[in-house]
Amino acid sequence: MLIRRSPGIPPSEVTPKHLYLNRRSFLAGLPLAGAAFAAGSARAGTKLNGIAKSPFSTTEKVTPSNDVTHYNNYYEFGTGKEQPAGLAQKLKTSPWTVKVEGAVNKPQVFDIDAIMKMAPLEERIYRHRCVERWSIVVPWIGFPLNELIKKVEPTAKAKFVAFQTVFDPGIMLSERAAGIQLPYVEGLRMDEAMHPLAILCVGMYGEDLPKQDGAPVRLVVPWKYGFKSIKSIVKIKFVEKQPPTTWNITNAHEYGFYSNVNPEVDHPRWSQASERRLGEFFMRKTLMFNGYGDQVAQLYSGMDLRKYY
Amino acid sequence: MPLKRILSSRWLKVAVFALCLVPVLLLVWKAFNGGLGANPIEFITHATGDWTLRFLCITLSITPLRKLLRLPELVRFRRMLGLFGFFYGCLHFLTWLVVDKFFDWNEILKDVVKRPYITAGFTGFVLLIPLAVTSTTGWIRRMGGKRWQMLHRLIYVTACAGVVHYYWLVKSDIRLPVFYGAIVAVLLAYRLVVSLVKSRKPLPRATGAAAGEPTAS
Ligand code: HEM
Repeated sequence: MLIRRSPGIPPSEVTPKHLYLNRRSFLAGLPLAGAAFAAGSARAGTKLNGIAKSPFSTTEKVTPSNDVTHYNNYYEFGTGKEQPAGLAQKLKTSPWTVKVEGAVNKPQVFDIDAIMKMAPLEERIYRHRCVERWSIVVPWIGFPLNELIKKVEPTAKAKFVAFQTVFDPGIMLSERAAGIQLPYVEGLRMDEAMHPLAILCVGMYGEDLPKQDGAPVRLVVPWKYGFKSIKSIVKIKFVEKQPPTTWNITNAHEYGFYSNVNPEVDHPRWSQASERRLGEFFMRKTLMFNGYGDQVAQLYSGMDLRKYY
Repeated sequence: MPLKRILSSRWLKVAVFALCLVPVLLLVWKAFNGGLGANPIEFITHATGDWTLRFLCITLSITPLRKLLRLPELVRFRRMLGLFGFFYGCLHFLTWLVVDKFFDWNEILKDVVKRPYITAGFTGFVLLIPLAVTSTTGWIRRMGGKRWQMLHRLIYVTACAGVVHYYWLVKSDIRLPVFYGAIVAVLLAYRLVVSLVKSRKPLPRATGAAAGEPTAS
């Protein structure tokens, strides 16, 4: 029964995409699960050139890109893991703008091209740990979020940064179906946002971002649970008070504002001590701050991480 | 009546048996063909959990169907369907035991006690064990129809526990657990109504089942 799918099967050899995209609805045999989706054409991403390597990259084995593009949490495009790979293709990612506003001296609207050229692009191979106890290793491409922050010159009032995902009810699930309030919102404390590990991500695996992975621009905060790394950003606002965040609104008891990866603080419904790295058979131990403790632990010195989960 | 003939045929029983094996065969096939997606263990856990719950619902619908459609022959399939529910439950439980916990009894105990959704699933599963053990005709005889029937009403608890288990484990999209909850509710409500009607006007002896045929679930 418990057969591991050998990693490294070339994408051309696995089941055709439309077949396995369908399999949940097939198994479920229910109209509810059988949402229609755009035919999943093989992705031909745009190659990104001149990408610098980064000392922050891990040397761990990178997860096959096919897994990272077909195992997504993007509730606006389906609450199953395979649905976003199909449904998210409806999202129009160009033209695209990101509005930056709030407590800043230079509020402005950035075109996606301006963002792509804002700072030298780097490859950051990060561990990515989902709150649901699975993890992947992804070669993201982007630049430190603090580059954008410096450009807009936050004022003394800017204590937090609030992010917002695009919301298009015409192509997305309703709030009721998704079970979360939309648009999706996230937030960071200012010092977290300034941390060099936090990046604005515009690509992965050498190419621009696939839609289901948060195209055209997303956040990646590797020491926090995946849901903090908000996708398809259209608005960034600098604020004085801690902003509302989607999963915290949904269930404050289970998902805190900080949501740092922490093997010692369990989710109320499951232990966070271990995780399944996609492609591995058995669970592995989860690391404090997802293994980025050396870099980020000082951000939280003196804080009770049980209280501020 | 041809339908009744078909329902009584040996071959139909074999066919239903084969059909019940399809979900597990499909899983095996997919396992060998890279069809289990990026997280095969989760896929197996979910598929087997889904089929456990589905078989519980199917088993519970036999009695209402055979009464409402006046097809007493349907009862021939009930034991087999119930045992398939138990079979998929075992696969589901074993996936968790072996791959998630790798026989770490300390962790297992902690999970069962501390995680309400595991507590519910575990309760539901454990309650199925005596039912599977006593599913043979020999046990019906040994226990007597009445007591056997009482015992096998535990499947009501398992079905409810299964739904609660499902409801508690989803993160936000509760549509499917609610859907199964509604099915189980209807199936149990049917029994409640029947027993209320019966207790209102106690007919002379031969109501319910034909003598000797236990009718639990
Ligand atoms: C009769 C008993 C049970 C029934 C009917 C049942 C049913 C289900 C169903 C329907 C699901 C969700 C599948 C999906 O999302 O598609 C599920 C998931 C799960 N069940 Fe069960 N289950 C039972 C017993 C158990 C037991 C005994 C355990 C372990 C002790 C268990 C552990 C799990 C786990 C770990 C998941 C996956 C949770 C996740 O994805 O986070 N279940 N079960």
